[in-house]
Amino acid sequence: MFMKPKRKKVNYSKWGYIFILPFFLSFFIFSLIPLVDTIRYSFYEYYRSGIKEIGPNFIGMFNYTELLKSDMLKYAGNTLILWLIGFIPQIVIALLLASWFVDIRLKIRGQQFFKVVIYLPNLIMASAFAMLFFTLFSNKGPINSILLSAGLISTPVDFMGSVFGTRSLIGSMNFLMWFGNTTIMLMAAIMGISPDVFEASEIDGCNSRQRFFKITLPLIRPILAYTLITSVIGGLQMFDVPQILTNGQGNPDRTSMTLIMFLNSHLKSKNYGMAGALSVYLFIVSGILCFIVYRITNGKDSDY
Amino acid sequence: MKKKVVCMLLAATMVAGTLAGCGDKTGGDKPADKQGDTSAPSDVSADEGKVINIYSFNDEVRNRIQLVYPEIQETSKDGTVSTLKDGTEIHWIINPNQDGVYQDKLDEALMAQADASADDKVDIFAAETDYVVKYTDADSDVAMPLTDLGINPDSDLADQFDFTKTVACDANGVQRATSWQACPGVLVYRRDIAKDVFGTDDPEKIAEKTKDWDTMKAAAEELKGKGYYTFSCYTDTFRTYGNSIAEPWVAPGTTTVKVDQKLMDWVKDSKEWKDAGYFDPAVKGQWNADWFNAMGSKSKVFAFLFPAWGIDTQVKPNWDGEDGSWAVTSAPLAYNWGGTFLVAANGTDNPQHVKDILLAMTANTDNLVKISKETSDFTNGKTAMADAAKDDSYASDFLGGQNPYTYFTPSADTIKMAPLSAYDQGCVELIQNAFQDYLEGKVDFDKAKSNFETAIKERYPEITEVQWPE
Repeated sequence: MFMKPKRKKVNYSKWGYIFILPFFLSFFIFSLIPLVDTIRYSFYEYYRSGIKEIGPNFIGMFNYTELLKSDMLKYAGNTLILWLIGFIPQIVIALLLASWFVDIRLKIRGQQFFKVVIYLPNLIMASAFAMLFFTLFSNKGPINSILLSAGLISTPVDFMGSVFGTRSLIGSMNFLMWFGNTTIMLMAAIMGISPDVFEASEIDGCNSRQRFFKITLPLIRPILAYTLITSVIGGLQMFDVPQILTNGQGNPDRTSMTLIMFLNSHLKSKNYGMAGALSVYLFIVSGILCFIVYRITNGKDSDY
Repeated sequence: MKKKVVCMLLAATMVAGTLAGCGDKTGGDKPADKQGDTSAPSDVSADEGKVINIYSFNDEVRNRIQLVYPEIQETSKDGTVSTLKDGTEIHWIINPNQDGVYQDKLDEALMAQADASADDKVDIFAAETDYVVKYTDADSDVAMPLTDLGINPDSDLADQFDFTKTVACDANGVQRATSWQACPGVLVYRRDIAKDVFGTDDPEKIAEKTKDWDTMKAAAEELKGKGYYTFSCYTDTFRTYGNSIAEPWVAPGTTTVKVDQKLMDWVKDSKEWKDAGYFDPAVKGQWNADWFNAMGSKSKVFAFLFPAWGIDTQVKPNWDGEDGSWAVTSAPLAYNWGGTFLVAANGTDNPQHVKDILLAMTANTDNLVKISKETSDFTNGKTAMADAAKDDSYASDFLGGQNPYTYFTPSADTIKMAPLSAYDQGCVELIQNAFQDYLEGKVDFDKAKSNFETAIKERYPEITEVQWPE
């Protein structure tokens, strides 16, 4: 050791920076610069008419005020409703499944198999999944044929023609796609709780309901918060499922039009100004939502 | 405290990163220099480039050019490159029409045309009737006037149907595109249903029943009596109304969408027909599975309104019964639906080849006959089509030995093509969609109108106003 005193000074942190460099480089080029551009163009009139380019002309906050005058808030409401329809069953079922799977006393067989099966829908591309549902639930599709031949209905049900039908289809697709993912995440969280706590609670005469609400839930709160944040952001960006299912129109009467579908319809004319302003609104909203969730889930930490 | 700031920063970048998906599309392309090099095309005698780039949305154009352009020596197996006898290569650049992919790619290429190297320049591109005006527009000047190529529309294209030439002209009357196709619509009907209801499947007798809308309505009542639907849905009849409007959707130089009375007639009649039960209630709009199903043997739908391409590419593949079950007769109204135009791109480095290809495809009667025989297109030559109407070798097995040209040709002669505007594609799509909700009983008439206004202003930001007929 005393032979090489100089080596003590070798600074390995340099390598750390070099290894994370590719990420930051690609982040700057592919995320940050477009992001800044998006914000910049949101103050401009900039679109295409035919193949003629209009702009960019600086128009200040015009795009923002124009958006507030449009039906944007209605689409925000649609997005929220569609997200809730999918998220509430998703988190309930996922919690239930997760606590069953990890409960040692239940001794569920073939756990691995079920884990794979519930995760499978997530592997299908959302647009393919939406196409599948579109075909399944179309007026002359298999679901209607089955219901008709079983004598449950006399005329085909127009699933995609009603607000309730379309929204529940979108909600159930989002639920099916994401509950497996959430289950596995929550299982990991529950397994992270020390078994001592469960044992102690059992000795103290805790029943399973008390154990779930008083021990499991509070202790997996950070993961629940993470699930909530990612799901909120995912929900705000809901696009492919309703887009494919309603052919980009949010039928009927635009009741299934989400914010990103609204944004997409601006991009049909390459309206970068308006679309940029909408993106900035979305950015602010998700920022606020993240902040709220962050405060709620971390606020009580001092109580412990 | 510092930790908290870092945390928030990280959270913010995370949000930013996940939302950047929307931003990517926004930032990518900078406004391209649009000043096209206008001096190049007039210089026909200059040396020709080595590569001819042809943009299209499916292999329709490639197949037909291969069929009729004698200079093509061979085509690579994957169909992307053809070699001409003089060594020039044709590069086929095919992007699908769905979701505007084709137009997006083409627009990018055309906007970069001035800066592109000679081998990358667009030379010819295909455009459908719905959006050809976008490209033939005089101001944007991406389509080369045919006269600049050395094609004289009055003499070289004298045999083409007049409406196909009018459509291809810009606002100043300069023709900038040409088509090998004309698309007169006819009524395609099921022979078995006709026999069951009317006691005959003879096209001439059926034509009596379909000669105008009032007579057609009486026939619809008869069909309904036997449990059949006349058409699959309201969008089937749209083109007979929508393609015979008197004024363009948007007059040149204005930003007002004028909805023609004809379209309100369509809404009114469709409502009446729908409530009377003449349409299949299970079908909502075209190009979806239910609509395709309606062309199958289990369907109760009597007829469809289609031009030649519709019979070949829609009815035939969706029909699962025996050949000879369908027949054509005249539609209640002569109309044109669809058609692909060939456009020479301004700035092409191969003007001589481009001229040859355009002439071979659209002006040579022998070639047009060849295309008709091989692909069942109704081609754009008055004499050829008049001959075809009398020629029994055009009889189709699918139509039970009937020669459909006897109905196509007279229809083509009487077509008055609706004046086009660059906004047609969006207007047609969005008005069908807005009033679908009304026809399905989901919204009232005024809500449908305002939904159309919202949608059209979203699609075309420059539109300021929508005028409805009184």
